[in-house]
Amino acid sequence: MRLFIGVIGLYLVAALALPLGLMLAKSLQGSRDEFVGLANYVRYFSTPALSQSIGNSLGVSILSTVITVPLAFLYADALTRSRMPFRGFFKTVALVPILVPSLLPGLALVYLFGNQGLLKAALFGHSIYGPIGIVMAEVFTTFPHALLIVLAALALADARLYEAAVALRASRPKIFWTVTLPGARYGLISATFVVFTTVVTDFGAPKVIGGQYNVLATDVYKQVIGQQNFQMGAVVSVILLVPAVFAFMVDRAVRRRQVALLSARAVPYEPKPQPLFDLLMLAYCVVIGCALLSIVAISQFAAVVKFFPYNLALTWAHYDFDQKGGGGWASYYNSIRLALLTSVVGTVVVFVGAYLVEKARGFALGRGIFHFLAMLPMAVPGLVLGLAYIFFFNAPANPLNVLYRTMTILVVNTIMHFYTVGHLTALTALRQMDPEFETVSASLKQPFYRTFWRVTVPVCLPSTLDIAIYMFVNAMTTVSGVVFIYGPKTELASISVLNMDDTGEIASAAAMAMMIFYTNVGARMLHLILARALERRTQAWRRR
Amino acid sequence: MAEKTVRLGSLLACAAIVAAAIGFAATTVRAAKATLTVYTAVEADDLKKYAARFNEDYPDIEIKWVRDSTGVITAKLLAEKANPQADVIWGLAATSLLVLKPEGMLMPYAPKGVERLDAQFRDKDNPPTWVGMDAWVAALCFNTVEAQKKNLPKPASWKDLTKPVYKGAVVMPNPASSGTGFLDVSSWLQLFGETEGWKYMDALHQNIGVYTHSGSKPCTMAGAGEYPLGVSFEFRAARQKKQGAPIDIVFPSEGSGWDMEATAIVKGTKNLEAAKTLVNWSVTDKAMKLYNEGYAVVAISKMSQPVEHLPANMLEHMAKNDFQWAATNRAKILAEWEKRYGAKSEPKK
Amino acid sequence: MGKALRREVGAEEVGRTVTTPYLRISRLTKTFGAFTALDDISLEIVEGEFVCFLGPSGCGKTTLLRAIAGLDIQTTGRIEQNGRDISALPPTKRDFGIVFQSYALFPNLTAARNVAYGLENTRMPRGELVKRVHELLDLMGLAQHGNKYPAQLSGGQQQRVALARALATSPGLLLLDEPLSALDAKVRVHLRHEIRALQRRLGVTTIMVTHDQEEALTMADRIVVMNAGAIEQVGTPLEIYREPASPFVADFIGVMNFVAGTVVRDGAVRLGRSELACDVEGLAAGTEVTLAIRPEDIVVHDGGRSESNALTVRVDALVFLGSFFRADLAGDAAAGVLLRADLPADMVRRRRITEKSTLSVLLPPERIRIYPRSPVNR
Repeated sequence: MRLFIGVIGLYLVAALALPLGLMLAKSLQGSRDEFVGLANYVRYFSTPALSQSIGNSLGVSILSTVITVPLAFLYADALTRSRMPFRGFFKTVALVPILVPSLLPGLALVYLFGNQGLLKAALFGHSIYGPIGIVMAEVFTTFPHALLIVLAALALADARLYEAAVALRASRPKIFWTVTLPGARYGLISATFVVFTTVVTDFGAPKVIGGQYNVLATDVYKQVIGQQNFQMGAVVSVILLVPAVFAFMVDRAVRRRQVALLSARAVPYEPKPQPLFDLLMLAYCVVIGCALLSIVAISQFAAVVKFFPYNLALTWAHYDFDQKGGGGWASYYNSIRLALLTSVVGTVVVFVGAYLVEKARGFALGRGIFHFLAMLPMAVPGLVLGLAYIFFFNAPANPLNVLYRTMTILVVNTIMHFYTVGHLTALTALRQMDPEFETVSASLKQPFYRTFWRVTVPVCLPSTLDIAIYMFVNAMTTVSGVVFIYGPKTELASISVLNMDDTGEIASAAAMAMMIFYTNVGARMLHLILARALERRTQAWRRR
Repeated sequence: MAEKTVRLGSLLACAAIVAAAIGFAATTVRAAKATLTVYTAVEADDLKKYAARFNEDYPDIEIKWVRDSTGVITAKLLAEKANPQADVIWGLAATSLLVLKPEGMLMPYAPKGVERLDAQFRDKDNPPTWVGMDAWVAALCFNTVEAQKKNLPKPASWKDLTKPVYKGAVVMPNPASSGTGFLDVSSWLQLFGETEGWKYMDALHQNIGVYTHSGSKPCTMAGAGEYPLGVSFEFRAARQKKQGAPIDIVFPSEGSGWDMEATAIVKGTKNLEAAKTLVNWSVTDKAMKLYNEGYAVVAISKMSQPVEHLPANMLEHMAKNDFQWAATNRAKILAEWEKRYGAKSEPKK
Repeated sequence: MGKALRREVGAEEVGRTVTTPYLRISRLTKTFGAFTALDDISLEIVEGEFVCFLGPSGCGKTTLLRAIAGLDIQTTGRIEQNGRDISALPPTKRDFGIVFQSYALFPNLTAARNVAYGLENTRMPRGELVKRVHELLDLMGLAQHGNKYPAQLSGGQQQRVALARALATSPGLLLLDEPLSALDAKVRVHLRHEIRALQRRLGVTTIMVTHDQEEALTMADRIVVMNAGAIEQVGTPLEIYREPASPFVADFIGVMNFVAGTVVRDGAVRLGRSELACDVEGLAAGTEVTLAIRPEDIVVHDGGRSESNALTVRVDALVFLGSFFRADLAGDAAAGVLLRADLPADMVRRRRITEKSTLSVLLPPERIRIYPRSPVNR
């Protein structure tokens, strides 16, 4: 057992701790790897062109958060507190942004609000290229994340509180302010920090639609790719880590409290029909749903139109990726390969890792460190992880440098990037299992791996499927994690979107982004079918 | 039931292991033929064509492209100086190669038939450290439909672009990342002199909507009417027009800045023979015809055939360009540009 | 079936002398940081015995059980099973079966599969394995339920499956960790007898951890009462009940009256103004003591105050508890002394005892236990 902890622990160290450590060290080095102390930081803060980005990043992040969280909260309120029709449909619609790369809303916004945009007038002469565009794209991208958290919080509501409030003749707004809102407060705080972190670390939206509005994430990219100034890239990365780590820690603290709230069993709330309220909520959801879908729809539209805006005849020409910049169709197949590998290998690694953390006996210090490393990736922006990988895996002295620019390193990186959520999912599933299974097995003289295989894995199968689909979808859409480490033979679909946008082939970029979307929709549906089939075949024991 | 679970479980596990094995094997096993890592800034939509033409003659040499904008590839090569990853540079601005040359990063080599190239299209040294392929020339993409809508006059010169009527209507590439952007800036500094040149750019800056990462994007944006005027280059302009963009291609009266795409062997390559084969091929007639499909002026200038949508007298539009001056001052110019315009916090409306 | 199992247990017995205990625990200590969970525990358990570890939560009884199982290795001390030192062995190398409060049945395996779990992977032929599982299920009265999943069984049935699973490998030692706590009261009482009968039939040495004194009293051959990591008393249920070795045991098992008193001389203790005869266990005159007497040992009698150990009391409160009344008695002998007595329902009716009645009660000397008064215990 210790051997297994050691192996996976070593993986976490090699794929996370060492690269990050090396990156911190780089930020203190000069261009010839000599130690220069804080000189790079001094230079950073004395270069207004760079340090200005801190304010910009915080600005768009705060603005996006302030817009997204209330929108998502009201949407969640509609889904859980009203009896409006099509609630399931609207929930599905709201999750669409998860399935697309964060570059896509940027592309779509050009078509909607650009200088030739269909809705240009709505901006009253303001340019979409800049903070307005970034914020709009980020609201789209972060909406489902905020929604899911708030939904989870609202689902915990105690019906008895509502009955008590009604019995006391409280008005609907008063109930909202005194019951609904306080009940969901931890969810709201959590959503706030998740949205904030996502925006502050997102690279896709500002890259595509940010124009000259520099933010930290694009600065890292410019320093590293544009100027190959790795030291300054490391400095910006470290600065980018600060708000991300801060938000992460607050979020963890808050979530811990919410768990305490959860354990008190409550009577679930069942809303009663209220025609006017339900109608208003339906109207609201239609508006939001249309806004979300319009982003995807306009992208698809742009992808098949011959020459926007002058020739709207339909064509498949933009799908001829091999004749465009970017990696062509090969990059799409690379993405699928990455997604499959990440989801299969990642699920195995994450699940076994979580099992060891949760079920192994003794070796508490090792397991503690392991758990910390497993939680860390959530606080590490993809760009930062990617840059750390350059430092670590491209070092001539590192025997692992044969992996540089291979598919293997992309898989390793992507698993690491999305490790935390999978780890938590696996932990939750494992914690629902009787802690004495291992003891009983030991008393029956059965080795732990047999029980793992015969009992733990089958019981946790639905959760492992969830981890697999999560890994798959994210591997398809991620840009920031892999943009520094893909190689000529391992260009990915999402990177192609980025590169085609760079050369101005926006229609093809949109077409490729939509390919990612459809692939993810397909994967989701497959997941659903597979989960159902598995449940029928192997989860019979859950039925009473 | 339980047995089924087990069987299904084992099946899944086997599938997982097999999938992982295939995936890793596929990434590590390579064909036995020679592979060249070629760094390039050639337009992405032409890369596959270039490799395919070369492979018609040398099917046993596989080209692994590393493609990015001129500035990025240049910075990458400089950054990898201690541990070069590239074997050959095929299709990078001569001004960039002139930056690499004094760093000792290029291996002098005279490909067969190098003497047929025009003198200005090859390095003066013997043997030359680099040989030219073709010229790419700055050009303005002017969207006629939008111009009519907004009542914009068609510009005839660089100076016209600073007129207030074009406020927020011009897009140009960022010279730090884009080779086209750099040749624009370096040619203005040569045409107008340094002081006047910066003054010109200060004025132009007032009219710029966005600085783009690549040299192509300003023209595609102009083509789509996103911004009516794009400072780009002739290859992209011609291709846009061919694709149906409602644009006029303007070569400003002061003369157009230009740069040359060139080829060189990276010193220390482990694939010297294959590298020489590629560089030899890069100056053949077949290669020249290949370049000529997109670029109006190729290194053996008498072979240049007119390109659709581009004027026949391209050579006359090309301003006098001192590559050596541009290369020597490249870092300084970029730093100055970054200081003046890099921190533009908001795009002009 | 029972005979077959017993034979196997008996087979292991060959060559062992009767005087050697089956399980010997010597000077076991377990600390978690600064906290001492087990404090110098020594205990011997003989073959075929049913022993209960009884005590309040946190007393160390579960820790002791887990140390025997090898799940939490002791800090110091030694454990021998069947003459073999198992102190440092991992659970898989020890010889025991275990049943938990939560049953810990594998939810994705049928009852039969659960029972067979420890038999698979051994060299037992398939046919024999199936036969054995059937025998065990039969024994537990679960013959019809072999193909059901745990979630489809009742709590009592699940616990029986868990028991069958633990017994399947014929372990030398059966460990039961609060096995009945999660069950309904009725099922619990029923299962107590079943488990006890089964254990007798199979003769398997059994240790059960419980915090339920009634469970311990009805099931155990011997009870080990634990408190704060140490053993307070080891004895048969009757000994524990009748002669609790400490106020803690006296208080923990059953209901007990505690009153403060002073030793007057050998054989007499002063309680307020009265003097009571009892065994002072060699304590010197003048020693402050606590007198303990169980409510059911207080007898109502007709005699006057002349009778020795008689007290005149007033009934302060009378609560009907079905088969008896519990009376709160305030003594005139000492202000503030309050005794609880369990009075047979029939007698209360006969004598027309009501609240405010005045009675004469007798505290039989042989039923009074005295403990030196220590500030810790009272």
